[in-house]
Amino acid sequence: MDHQQPTTSTARQLPMARSMCWHCQSEVTGEYLCGQCVKVQPLSKDLDYFACFQLPRLLSINEQQLEQTFYELSRTFHPDFYSTKDESEKAISLGNSAFLNAGYRTLKDPIQRAEYLIRLEAGAVKDIRSNPPADLFEEVLELQEDLETFRQLAPNGGSSELEALRKKLQDKRDRLEKRQAEMEASLQSQFKQWDLLQGLPPLSSQAREEKNSLLHDMQEILSHRTYVRNMVNDLLETTG
Amino acid sequence: MSRIVGIDLGTTNSLVAFMDKEGPHVIPGPDGQTKVPSIVGLTDNGLIVGEPAKAHLIRDPSRTIYSVKRFMGKGLDDVKDELKYFPYQLHEKNGVIRIEIGDKTYSPPQVSAMILKELKRRAEEYLKEDISRAVVTVPAYFNDSQRQATKDAGLIAGLEVLRIINEPTAASLAYGLQKKTQGLIAIYDLGGGTFDISILKLQNGIFEVLATNGDTHLGGDDFDQRLVDVLVDDIFHTQGVKVGAYPDLMQTVRLEAERVKVRLSDEIQTMAVIDLPNGTYEKMWTRENMETLVMDLVDRTLAPCRHALKDAGLTASQIDEVILVGGSTRMPLVWRKVEELFGKKPHSELNPDEVVALGAAVQADILGGHTKDLLLLDVTPLSLGIETMGGVMSALIRRNTTIPTSAKEMFTTYVDGQTSVDIHILQGERELVKDNRSLARFQLKLPPLPAGVPRVEVSFLIDANGILHVTARDIRTGEAQSVQVKPSHGLTDDEVEVMIRDSFQFAAEDIKVRQVIEARNEANAIIVATEKALVRGTHLISDKETASIRRILQQLGDVKAEDDHRLIRTKITEVEKVTHHLAEMLMDATLKEALESKKLSDVIK
Repeated sequence: MDHQQPTTSTARQLPMARSMCWHCQSEVTGEYLCGQCVKVQPLSKDLDYFACFQLPRLLSINEQQLEQTFYELSRTFHPDFYSTKDESEKAISLGNSAFLNAGYRTLKDPIQRAEYLIRLEAGAVKDIRSNPPADLFEEVLELQEDLETFRQLAPNGGSSELEALRKKLQDKRDRLEKRQAEMEASLQSQFKQWDLLQGLPPLSSQAREEKNSLLHDMQEILSHRTYVRNMVNDLLETTG
Repeated sequence: MSRIVGIDLGTTNSLVAFMDKEGPHVIPGPDGQTKVPSIVGLTDNGLIVGEPAKAHLIRDPSRTIYSVKRFMGKGLDDVKDELKYFPYQLHEKNGVIRIEIGDKTYSPPQVSAMILKELKRRAEEYLKEDISRAVVTVPAYFNDSQRQATKDAGLIAGLEVLRIINEPTAASLAYGLQKKTQGLIAIYDLGGGTFDISILKLQNGIFEVLATNGDTHLGGDDFDQRLVDVLVDDIFHTQGVKVGAYPDLMQTVRLEAERVKVRLSDEIQTMAVIDLPNGTYEKMWTRENMETLVMDLVDRTLAPCRHALKDAGLTASQIDEVILVGGSTRMPLVWRKVEELFGKKPHSELNPDEVVALGAAVQADILGGHTKDLLLLDVTPLSLGIETMGGVMSALIRRNTTIPTSAKEMFTTYVDGQTSVDIHILQGERELVKDNRSLARFQLKLPPLPAGVPRVEVSFLIDANGILHVTARDIRTGEAQSVQVKPSHGLTDDEVEVMIRDSFQFAAEDIKVRQVIEARNEANAIIVATEKALVRGTHLISDKETASIRRILQQLGDVKAEDDHRLIRTKITEVEKVTHHLAEMLMDATLKEALESKKLSDVIK
């Protein structure tokens, strides 16, 4: 696959699963609907979300265009418009719609978008592996212990032990939230850097290496961020 | 293609609506009322539904079912705290509640089907055509079992439910179409038994639900119950009557509590009046009393609102409009609380009782292919997952995901030659399996191979109705595998089949009851009219004639209590015959009177 060129397909030219209409066997010419029998066609299994929404494979996207395309394609594929059609058409509309919804959800959120893009790119870069965050692992365990103690003490209220623990957990939360913010800031700058690399001419081996190492770094931070975010959520849930 | 109707199947009241070129309309009954009370009564001759059943509730409470929506998709354990409030017996079979009335047993979908049939009949009479397809609304926070139960109810009633649509979203369709509402809106829907909050973005005909939340066990019924508890207590202390000992009296108190609550939305105070075996209980109630009683219940709606806002990634101040839906939002207390939370005045321009049915009719028109510019993009209200090691739920589809949506999960074996894996599907937001809702279980078949070799991919697809479909595919062979899902709290397909058949059988009986009711109503009307005529016209006819009219009238009065519509009809005809002369004399007299009071010039003009 050629991942270097940003996808530039124009509207209404999404790849379909087959070049032949499943119903009347006539050739489908890149439309969602068969030109002959007007039956909806299933989207190609190889279609990725960026291509589906006609967006270049970049980490900063035009959100308005994303929404607009989502609404437009929903008007084409949503099951509401197929409820009186036959079962095969209903099933295709359901499948296409589910794919569209998943794509929209993934691309709308910057973090999910990055995770998805890394998964796409990792197909070409096999050696990407995230190391388990050893220091974080320790921290997760310690936090779980503290939270458990807190849950046991909390119903009895106001003991000095509870208050001390509450203070400790509050400090921890402040630290973790700060850390999450830092991670997100560095992700932001990495995203920009990634997008810049995509604009460069065909890859030299040096550029390729740079790109791979960037992918690796992004993935690491993303994975660490998930741990940190989960800890923050646990803290919020338990201590309020 | 026949018309598709929109149905609001409510806890307290149900409505049916349709759409034509002018827009959506709610269909009134012969009495002009648009609301059909969601009450079913069993008489000696069959079933009665709606307003007549409401009267039956006081006459024969143990054979009258109300608020059945609370039991849809539920097991007995889910409702054990409120069993004492219901006058009928409940038990459970295959995880589904069964309601015993008389010597018959019904599942909640069967009872709902009776209400749906009444609405279907109402629509058929009004539109003068057969109705076989409908859009039916459910609370947005209904889980998979509750939605499936609603779909089953449709099947049993002989209606193909083309779409299950969420009540607040339906309301937004009505507002979007009729009031041209745009922007970010919050729909606060407090009905008879359920509460929903939905946050939507309305833009150029697209209705995108951003988040929804709610409580499927909170509504006007609970408000009534608070007042009932206090009334029962007060009646005991002031009059020494134990209301609990008289099921019929209990229902009288319940209806009076509902009436008082409704009055207090318009008035500052009102009198509660209840006839007791030893006299009459009377007590003045103020709006303030009522608000104190239900304050905590109304407060309970606020946390779901905050959750929905958070999930939508919005703050209260970003919401452009707050719309109130559902009868319980008539309470001034609700308005105040909602305004406090959102920092802006809510509104309810469209009738809060009818707006959901109107929206369902709009959706029906979209499915029918007539309305082409509107599209609803709804979400699944609860996270869907499967049980993993240690009794923990692993989420596959997160709550507030736009539907339709699907998730795939790969399964393999841990032991050589293992031939099956048990899969337990859950819905809910908690970490542990036991704190979530069990939806269904199934056994996935695997080929007997060394551990880890089999690979079967299971797809969980939530369709546009919010209903789950499970399919499996063997990755090695590429073959699809059939999956027999056993619902935890739902009827099996076979059971639904039997109920559909039963329903056709009962249909004949139902027609009989209906004929009796109609004949009885006619008899009542004719008795009243004849009594009036006798008062005005006795002097015009002989005493003998008066006596014979009285005699036949007495006979009609006697037979109308019986359940033979033919006998009632025969007597009605006899009354008509025997009063023929009286009617003529009265007509003459009236004519004469009219002529006498006028000058000749007025008459021949």
